[in-house]
Amino acid sequence: MLATFRRLQDWAERRLPALTRYKRPESLPIVLHRRRVYIVPTGFGAAFTVLLLVMLLGSLNYANNAALLLTCLLGAASVASMLIAFRSLHGLRLNAVRQGHAIAGEPLTFQLVFQGGDHAHPSMHAQIGDQLALFAASAGETLVSLDLPTTERGWHPLPRMKLWSNWPLGMFHAWSWIHPDHAVLIWPRPETGGPPPVLPGDDEQRHRLHQGEDIVALRDYRPGDPMRHIAWKSSARHHNLLVKDFEQPESQEEWRLDWRQLSQLATEARIARLARWLSEAEAVGRPSSLWVPGEEIGLGHGRSHYVRCMNALAQLP
Amino acid sequence: MIRFRLFHRKPVAPIDSRAFDLLCLTVAVVLGVHAPHLPLWLSAALAIVLALRWRQRRQSGGRAPLYLKLPLVALLSAAVIFHYGSLFGREPGAALAVGLLVLKLLETEAPRDARVGAAFACFALMTALLFDQGMLSTFFVALGLLPALATLRALEPAHQTTSLPRELLPVLGLLGASLPLALFAFLLAPRLSSPLWGAPDSAQSRTGLSDDMSPGEIGELLTDDRPAMRVSFEGPPPSEAQRYFRAYVLWRFDGKRWSRLDVPAAPAPVEATHDIRYTVSLEASHQRALPALDVPLEAPDEASLGRDREVLSAQPVSDTHVYTLRSALDYRLQPRLDESERKAGLQLPVGFAPRARALADRWRTQFGKDDSAIVRAALSLFHDGGFSYTLLPAPLGRDSVDDFLFGTREGFCEHYASAFTVLMRAAGIPARVVTGYQGGYWNHLGNYLLVRQANAHAWSEVWLPGRGWTRVDPTAAVRPERVRQNTAAAANASTGIAAGGWWLGMRNRWDIVNQWWNQGVIGFDTLRQHGLLAPFGMRDTDAGTLGILLAIVSALFGGLGVGWALWKRPSNDPAREAMQLLERRLATAGVVRRHSEGPQHYFSRAARTLPNQRAQLEQLMRAYLELRYAYDEPPADLLKNFRQAAKDFRPRRMVK
Repeated sequence: MLATFRRLQDWAERRLPALTRYKRPESLPIVLHRRRVYIVPTGFGAAFTVLLLVMLLGSLNYANNAALLLTCLLGAASVASMLIAFRSLHGLRLNAVRQGHAIAGEPLTFQLVFQGGDHAHPSMHAQIGDQLALFAASAGETLVSLDLPTTERGWHPLPRMKLWSNWPLGMFHAWSWIHPDHAVLIWPRPETGGPPPVLPGDDEQRHRLHQGEDIVALRDYRPGDPMRHIAWKSSARHHNLLVKDFEQPESQEEWRLDWRQLSQLATEARIARLARWLSEAEAVGRPSSLWVPGEEIGLGHGRSHYVRCMNALAQLP
Repeated sequence: MIRFRLFHRKPVAPIDSRAFDLLCLTVAVVLGVHAPHLPLWLSAALAIVLALRWRQRRQSGGRAPLYLKLPLVALLSAAVIFHYGSLFGREPGAALAVGLLVLKLLETEAPRDARVGAAFACFALMTALLFDQGMLSTFFVALGLLPALATLRALEPAHQTTSLPRELLPVLGLLGASLPLALFAFLLAPRLSSPLWGAPDSAQSRTGLSDDMSPGEIGELLTDDRPAMRVSFEGPPPSEAQRYFRAYVLWRFDGKRWSRLDVPAAPAPVEATHDIRYTVSLEASHQRALPALDVPLEAPDEASLGRDREVLSAQPVSDTHVYTLRSALDYRLQPRLDESERKAGLQLPVGFAPRARALADRWRTQFGKDDSAIVRAALSLFHDGGFSYTLLPAPLGRDSVDDFLFGTREGFCEHYASAFTVLMRAAGIPARVVTGYQGGYWNHLGNYLLVRQANAHAWSEVWLPGRGWTRVDPTAAVRPERVRQNTAAAANASTGIAAGGWWLGMRNRWDIVNQWWNQGVIGFDTLRQHGLLAPFGMRDTDAGTLGILLAIVSALFGGLGVGWALWKRPSNDPAREAMQLLERRLATAGVVRRHSEGPQHYFSRAARTLPNQRAQLEQLMRAYLELRYAYDEPPADLLKNFRQAAKDFRPRRMVK
């Protein structure tokens, strides 16, 4: 039943694009206007209509005008609630989409930035599949977080989302589809275990860097330098103070990661290994560089470097 | 992505305490409006169950177990059957509905249950109006909609919960906004001409006047608010004192019961000076009599004029019947009385009412041959002799007239007409009882007289030499407001708190409101609905026209509502408005401003598309940029110029 319906819907979207105009991706900002807000009675609304008909028939049959007046009042209030349902969607504006980072297989949390326009939008729902987020938008900006399940690396367009509300009496279901033309980048999933990168040969120079006691040079004094580092003797021969500059102790050797070194692996396995190395380097603060086809990223460390490298991996063909 | 909502099963979370409180409040209101006709013990028991459930959920939560619910439902049904003897009918049905609503609370945890409860509460509120559709009770019942709708509102997630009165306020606004549409729907909804199924309760057994009368019989009729007939007059309506509609003339008296003397004969001659034409719409009465204003001059089609100028239809009136008549208001009916009729007009059961006869004999010796003086003496006896008007008189014994005249001295029109006629006959004046309707409500909107069953009346006619049969209304001597207003007012005045004058005044004033409600809302029926457009020149508005009107009004209100829903607060940025106007104009020429496109880029793009207006567009662009970015507070004339230029700008397509 459900599968048939889905097929029918797909067919309708292919054959009748006008009917589904607002379900195609569109650029931000998206404003919900009257031509894209749909309303149907809910199951409860239909049942309530039947109840109203019974009340109407009863009051007409017994010629009971007070009951008829009450029924008319209740009916008019139900109809008016339809307009409120429409208004709770109408004018809502999706200003922007913000997303974080996610590794393939883990859900990506992204945020929709809504703005309410000139009136409040209470009891709104944003829905992707079975996932539901509740929010109430007002004149300011409202952030709504949703998770997007991911399976593989690369650019993923945001799926179509349903915004709906049964406000105020639960008798009418007003909804609108939004499909922002926005893609999110999913990082590759690192492999779970494997060898460390092959490093260039153990030359003497690298070890010396570790000693860290040798004076490499003298430099000008900068405020904050410890007093015992001041080279008093040398300073006496100069106009200003000189400070003994020590080689920093280097516990972490840099990793120069190269796509070409892993030629024996399949593409995805290569990417997964590079991703693991990058995340290991990031975890201990080890400087790294990355070469992938089409992009070369120099030595660096820290979060922004990691993001840059992962983005490069994610975008590999 | 789309799922049928029916298949959509969300994890069911229990409703929050605010929604539950509101639902409890709704049920309490339902219980309150039904309490007047429920047995006290049942109301009390249901109230206790309601309070216990409210406390239990507040303290521990969770639904009541099945082993508690099922016996309670069984107990409720048993109690209703025990008390009413049945589960069906108006009273037991209402008791059962209220009871089940309270018991529904026991299992209400999920939003679905709460919704069902709130909807059912709306229905239960309506059923309360089947018992009493007075203005106050209707008002309270309508107030009961507030917590019911507020419950539904509170069930919608993610709205900020506030204090209880603040939850009710938006619903009050909703009801207030929908009141105009509700009123129009009420006015225009086509009514059923006949019920689809039996009316509730004893209404079926109610009939109108019957062709005989025994004192105390029409008492129930006098509290029956159903319309009996509507009369519209050609020309001005008769004065209130002349609104006597005769139905039956009763001659024969057997000591208990007055009945007709059905003699086929030509109508009694009448000398009329002033006649009036009118149309009567008679509700189904299941009787042959067609009530006619005193005294009818002719009979309509398919009816005949009896000897005593009763208008009798050929068939009993089983459906609404409309007829046109001519009547005389000033008349001399049958100036000559023949001997057989004189005998019939003096007939009394043998040995009946000795004390009344003695009184009549005393009057006869006192006033001699002056019949009018005897009539006046009898009327002053009723007026000053300690008689009172009540719809609930003490029962009379075997000799009903003596018992009434010298014993109970309380009763309504039948007692007075019967006793007066007996007194007259005892005094040797030919007399007879006439039943029919008196008074009625003058509808200014529809220009017709609405006569209800409660306007049923009985009076006397005495034959006076030279004047013929003359109408005498002894009830008017006792209680003139019975004739001036109506039965209910007269009865109220006699049972009310006599001491407090201000209280009586308040009640009378309030009674006008009730009257208005009764006449304007309760009594608004098919006929008055059909006369709705009379002020606009449409005498009869049929159901089709009403339907069209209803559709028009609904569309009108729908338009208003959509207008409200689409309404946007006007922005207070005139420069932006002017720019948006420009954008709309340019969009028709194919230059649509893209999101996040700057004004400069947009204008230059427009200038490329419309090269012959390049200078104008560039000027607009400079003005706009200056307006936007050159000043903190742009000078007024700059703004004015830009707005004017934007208003005047029309894109001209280049002719290729």
